[in-house]
Amino acid sequence: MLEVQGLTRYYGRFRALDDVSFRIDTHQVVGLLGLNGAGKSTTLRVLAGLLMPSAGTVRIEGTDATFAPNELRRRIGFLPEHPPLYDEMRVTEFLAWCGRMKGMTRAEVARRLPEVLEVCALGSVRDDVIGVLSHGYRKRVGIAQAIVHRPALVLLDEPVSGLDPHQIVGMRQTVRSLGREATVIVSSHILSEVEQTCDRILVLDEGRLVADGTEEELASRFGAGRRVQVEVRGDETAVRRALAGVEAVRDVETAPAGDGLVQADVSMETDAREAVVAALVGAGLGVRRVEEGTHELERIFLRLTAEEAAEPSQAKEAHP
Amino acid sequence: MTGVLVAARRDVSAYLNSMWGYVIVAAVLLLDGILFNAFALTDTPRYSADVLRDFFYFSFGTTAIASILLTMRSFAEERQTGTMVLLDAAPLSDVQIVLGKFLAAMAVLAVLTLGTAYMPALVGVNGKVSFGQVFAGYLGLLLVGAACTAVGIFASSVARNQVFAAVLGAAIVVFLLTTWMLSRVSDPPLKEILAYMSLFDKHFRGFMNGRIEVQSVVYYGTLSYVFLMLSTRVLALRRWR
Repeated sequence: MLEVQGLTRYYGRFRALDDVSFRIDTHQVVGLLGLNGAGKSTTLRVLAGLLMPSAGTVRIEGTDATFAPNELRRRIGFLPEHPPLYDEMRVTEFLAWCGRMKGMTRAEVARRLPEVLEVCALGSVRDDVIGVLSHGYRKRVGIAQAIVHRPALVLLDEPVSGLDPHQIVGMRQTVRSLGREATVIVSSHILSEVEQTCDRILVLDEGRLVADGTEEELASRFGAGRRVQVEVRGDETAVRRALAGVEAVRDVETAPAGDGLVQADVSMETDAREAVVAALVGAGLGVRRVEEGTHELERIFLRLTAEEAAEPSQAKEAHP
Repeated sequence: MTGVLVAARRDVSAYLNSMWGYVIVAAVLLLDGILFNAFALTDTPRYSADVLRDFFYFSFGTTAIASILLTMRSFAEERQTGTMVLLDAAPLSDVQIVLGKFLAAMAVLAVLTLGTAYMPALVGVNGKVSFGQVFAGYLGLLLVGAACTAVGIFASSVARNQVFAAVLGAAIVVFLLTTWMLSRVSDPPLKEILAYMSLFDKHFRGFMNGRIEVQSVVYYGTLSYVFLMLSTRVLALRRWR
């Protein structure tokens, strides 16, 4: 669906993107992860047709962005980090205008608007002036303008930045639902967001793509284990002794949880929850709770970006 | 064409929904009225044609000022508020975007110009107004307005903020107004070129007196085309920067 080959972008002599290549299939939700200044926004801006690449190609459904930029823009919806909104317009008026700008007819806009308002949960503010909306609603209107013309590719730059916890939960649901009708790329520097909303992760560092894969693939490739939290009735020493015999267990951190209970944070090479529980039960300890383990994505991310940071930076050696 | 009209619609709506458009139109009409009353209508008996000529003379200045003020926000404000992304990400060419801005500003300017029609009508009440002179004068005002609007849009496409856009636009217009003075101290062929470039002296006097001269129409048309074309180049360059 999207094919990026050797994408490079300079700002003057600064190389913001360096030979980035990846492919994304239809209806995937892909996370673009990286620290601030890693090149996430530049990548999205090039994909959205706002910037021309210094080198490389971007193809969407086979169309080359350089030679058919307007065709590309028709198939793309883009939400920058700060939603581009006209404060004096009303929500539906603004979305209708955006649809017309994207080449829709009046009839198509009229048919599409109720769907967009529903997907973005904007029904209650549909006739409000945009200037009076809260930050959360402004983000939603921003997403609505990006999807009003049914784009094949939706680009969301830091969609949860500045949102409160309730709004973040709502935004995650919205992003997931977008994946049902389009391919979605979400940029973020917040790991948990990418973990919870994306099927696949691209990690950018200093303009270079340093990792590409699903959470499972990255964990396996970079040797990250899984974490599991276990609540056990017993004492800390017994828990440590019982788990020392499990081959997959890499590390155990324990803490008293009161009322004779111990909270154990178990780090494993692989998903060995059955073996952990069996070892604890075998040692005569009462297992009260086992919380599903997660990959140590944060550790992978920090390792990837720290390695790059430790190396002498070549990305800034510009040769336009 | 639809893309141009959709782009223009937003700008017209912005003029109507903000105080800015109303303030400019009101201020320019007030200034025009004061100038007309103070200088064109005098106690001394005058020919209607002379009064009309003076009216178009003042209106030339107010039209140029209104054009710069109306267009100072065109691109500079979009860039300041981050809404330029909406235009950049739309499947419209840079020409369509610039033409949309131009059409919207021209629509407001046309309404403003129409609002001055009561002054020639007042002359007609007490005198004999030549329809040809009125038509030529208003055509001249619209042509000057188009040229200054194009200059203003170009300035707004280059400038980082609205104030700088207004200053740059005004500077270009002032330069074009004063080229006749520069031509007096220049040698050929620059002398002829500078004289031809004069926004008022060389080209507007004919319209004031009821004459429509092809070379002046071509001049204002060319000026509008050049600055609109330059604006599209500025937009295109921003994608490569």
